[in-house]
Amino acid sequence: MADLFSRTANELMQMIAKDGLDPSRIIAELFERIARLDGKIKAFVLANKAGALERLDSANKKGKLFGVPILIKDNICVEGEETTCASKILKGFKPPYDATVAKRLKEAGAVLIGKANMDEFAFGSSCETSSYGPTRNPWDLGRIPGGSSGGSAAAVAADLATFALGSDTGGSIRQPASLCGVVGLKPTYGRVSRYGLIAFASSLDQIGPITKDVQDAAILLGVIAGHDEMDSTSVDIPVPDYTKSLVKDVKALRIGVPKEYFVEGIDKDVASSVKAAIGVFKDLGARLIDISLPHTEYAVSAYYIVGPAEASSNLARFDGVQYGLRSEGAGDLIDMYIQTRSKGFGEEAKRRILLGTYCLSSGYYDAYYVKALKIRTKIKEDFDRAFEKCDCIVTPTSPTAAFRIGERSADPLSMYLSDVFTIPANLAGIPGISIPCGFTGDGLPIGLQILAKPFDEEAIFRAAYTFEQSTDFHKKRPNL
Amino acid sequence: MPAQTIQYETVIGLEVHLQLKTNTKAFCGCSTKFGQKPNSQTCPVCLGFPGSLPVLNEEAFFYSIKVALALNCRIQDVIKFDRKNYYYPDLPKNFQISQYDMPLSYDGRMDIMSKDTPKRIRIKRVHLEEDAGKLMHPEGENYSLVDYNRSGMPLLEIVTEPDIASPDEAYDYLTRLKAILEYLRVSDCDMEKGSLRCDANISIRPAGDKVLGVKVEVKNMNTFKGVRSALEYEEKRQASVVGDGGKLVQETRLWDANKSMTCPMRSKEEAKDYRYLPEPDLVPFMIDRSVIEKARSSLPELPEARSARFKKDFGLSGYDADVLTGRIDIAEYFEECAMQYDDKKKAANWIMGSIMAEMNDRNVGIKELGVTPADLLGLLRMVDGGALSGKMAKDVLIEIIESGMPPEEIVKKKGLSQITDIAEIEKVVKSVIEKNEKSVSDYRGGKKNAFTFLVGQVMKETKGKASPAIVNELLKKILGE
Amino acid sequence: MKTIDKNDVKHIALLSRLSLSEDELEIHSKQLASIVSYINKLNEIDTSTVLPTSHVLASLKNVFRKDVLKVSLPADKALANAPARDGDFFKVPQVIEGK
Repeated sequence: MADLFSRTANELMQMIAKDGLDPSRIIAELFERIARLDGKIKAFVLANKAGALERLDSANKKGKLFGVPILIKDNICVEGEETTCASKILKGFKPPYDATVAKRLKEAGAVLIGKANMDEFAFGSSCETSSYGPTRNPWDLGRIPGGSSGGSAAAVAADLATFALGSDTGGSIRQPASLCGVVGLKPTYGRVSRYGLIAFASSLDQIGPITKDVQDAAILLGVIAGHDEMDSTSVDIPVPDYTKSLVKDVKALRIGVPKEYFVEGIDKDVASSVKAAIGVFKDLGARLIDISLPHTEYAVSAYYIVGPAEASSNLARFDGVQYGLRSEGAGDLIDMYIQTRSKGFGEEAKRRILLGTYCLSSGYYDAYYVKALKIRTKIKEDFDRAFEKCDCIVTPTSPTAAFRIGERSADPLSMYLSDVFTIPANLAGIPGISIPCGFTGDGLPIGLQILAKPFDEEAIFRAAYTFEQSTDFHKKRPNL
Repeated sequence: MPAQTIQYETVIGLEVHLQLKTNTKAFCGCSTKFGQKPNSQTCPVCLGFPGSLPVLNEEAFFYSIKVALALNCRIQDVIKFDRKNYYYPDLPKNFQISQYDMPLSYDGRMDIMSKDTPKRIRIKRVHLEEDAGKLMHPEGENYSLVDYNRSGMPLLEIVTEPDIASPDEAYDYLTRLKAILEYLRVSDCDMEKGSLRCDANISIRPAGDKVLGVKVEVKNMNTFKGVRSALEYEEKRQASVVGDGGKLVQETRLWDANKSMTCPMRSKEEAKDYRYLPEPDLVPFMIDRSVIEKARSSLPELPEARSARFKKDFGLSGYDADVLTGRIDIAEYFEECAMQYDDKKKAANWIMGSIMAEMNDRNVGIKELGVTPADLLGLLRMVDGGALSGKMAKDVLIEIIESGMPPEEIVKKKGLSQITDIAEIEKVVKSVIEKNEKSVSDYRGGKKNAFTFLVGQVMKETKGKASPAIVNELLKKILGE
Repeated sequence: MKTIDKNDVKHIALLSRLSLSEDELEIHSKQLASIVSYINKLNEIDTSTVLPTSHVLASLKNVFRKDVLKVSLPADKALANAPARDGDFFKVPQVIEGK
């Protein structure tokens, strides 16, 4: 029973249930590895071994995920555990309640091992805006792991966590998964409860699994998904057994290839890997269909209005009154607000708040916010039309592989454009996964994105599983 | 410009905030009970903790539709909620979930009486939103304290068009509105407890002008009378500013009930940019025919209709009917009495007179007063039957209130039965005449007061129990001899 | 379409309760200007007949909760993260005057 740290959740579940594996050994191995390696990678903002063992002690032994360790992104509330969204303004905040997903994981017997680093308030695509400092890509420590769920993705890639939860607003699960060579799924909007997820953009956010393989993603989604009466935007549609979709067969599958996603500006290694991946689908008997999503080029603009607008409102509550940072020595109330927020928020957070406030301000609301919501309608219609002709859509997840730390942080716009392929799915509310599909000449992971229509995660799992099982990319690990 | 020759007319719009009497708050399951220990009725949702989400209270939604129907509003087919963004410590999220451009209802109306003439006040909109917490400013300290028990309570905002033309009309509007809301049983409507709040907008303009003058917002009025007084003050203040050739400023002023004046708010208000956006955490709500019909059929008979019925069925004057239907507890009380007693006018007078006077003095509702309809009717029947004089009955009423005993018992216990035995009274009358020769001759000399004095002496001798009618009759007869 | 300048940024900063140093104001103004200029791209599309989508789940409507009491947080838990408290109250610097 060596190398428990490198096992998938499914393997560990089998070993615990059938081979009598003592789950505390998994925790021991993981923490030994975390102690050894996380100093370099910095995937964790909170890693609590004693706490994990305590949780294991009182864990639900009959739970489906009994004894399996889970890492949770630091914008998801866990009762009594410091939850900061990697921001100074929430330092010390311990929620008096569990996010619904955390509650469901607890009920399933999973064991929390810590909180994962992220871009501050999920604003970012590189994990560089974290107030704790950036997480590093395990495949090349001089590069970013992607963001905003960079910590979750890096930890899973480096075998510092068995599986993890991230959140995705414009690609924050899929893009880091792609850059770290792991699996990351953004469910359909409304599939997973947002109660307890510290909001960035309420109409775009979703929590989802980041895992070593597709099967683990299917298992984890099955545990966290489902209607929640505490979330008005969570749908009351039954959760299927996603593991039943793990079938190696794409013969009847119609796969759409959108021309707008294969344009100039994509790294040539990325382009060739993705093209090869599409070829694999073809060889396996899927039908490839050329489609067009004509409003793709407007998605980033629309997103950078809707997202910041909602964020500027969601972040207004961070003001030093009830929790988190309060600036000392402030004169009066307004002074306290201004000083607390100016000291507590990082630059990117401020930028998004300013941008969002601008788009909502008097005189600009129609020109920006309403306009962006109309473009959103067009983007959604593009997908609706496409899904009449195909079951899945495949694209690259990211135009490039992992870039160097500091390479884009001075030019926000260039950073924003790295989300060009992932953003449309959030605007339309459709599900999407990123799975490993190759490596660049420098050995950096490349991700393939598979999209499907709302609530058809089953089609995604089927296509993703088939591809994964027909290739070896998911088996590779970084040299650490 | 000779200011004295310009007649000004007043234009008033009222904005009422009403706390709905649901069990739980608008968006979470915390209790709405008043007066509990601070921050003991809160949860992550109404505290606005990060990660929390709102879910709409179905009952609050239903109550809102009832109110909208009672105010004859049109109801939207689809409604949504919006965020109103501003920073204040009693607002935990620094935005309020409210309704902006698609409010629950609009284009309603309510009829009031303006100097005995019916007048229609248009209701611009009725919408649902959440309340903020309570901020306290301890005297002389440099800090403030916040209690979030009230945060998240469901509020209805009822806004009129600027159709109200005088402080008296404003007062009438508020009392009638309160009556309707009480009938609906959707709120305690208690200004002291803050479950009903009122802000006003007031401007003046030359009589007959169509253009609105500079609008002043008046806040911090804690009673309906306070609203009237504040508006009376503002009316005069604005007229005098203009009369002196000055210019009115669009501003917000606070009513100071102690000093009986309005004062401008001290802070320089930044231009109010609330940056409304549709609340993304709440889905839209469709209001279909069946919900509206269900709400409509659950409406009780409203004050206006009940008043008309009292007029018709019980032969009361319009004024009396209005007073009796002005509060639901009084209307029900009267109705119960009227069912069991023929002289509706008498019952009405007693209720509008002594009963309501005692209620006001003791600051209680009719139930707490403790005079049941049976008690009152028992009393009236004793007066009808001559067993009790009208004046004695008033004293017995007080006794009922204070002891809780029914009138029959009180009369028996205190031996208050009216003396109606003519022979007995005649004895006393003759005795009084004998003892008061001067008054007798004064009376015979034409002094009417002397007669009253003599009656008084008889009443004194009989400890007030002699039937005044009999005393009067006997005195006249005997003195006339 | 108007572009965003330093005065706009100052105004927005106040609305957002943020204070920016001169340097920050300079940088943010430039960066926001370039972002805003990029997002103005949206004007290439005619959306005069398009309805805005604020909720992607078009079929999801009328989500309610029943008017049933739930257990509230005890005051201590509600105040546990408070930077300043006075008994069972949250304490804040003085508000200059009433609303």
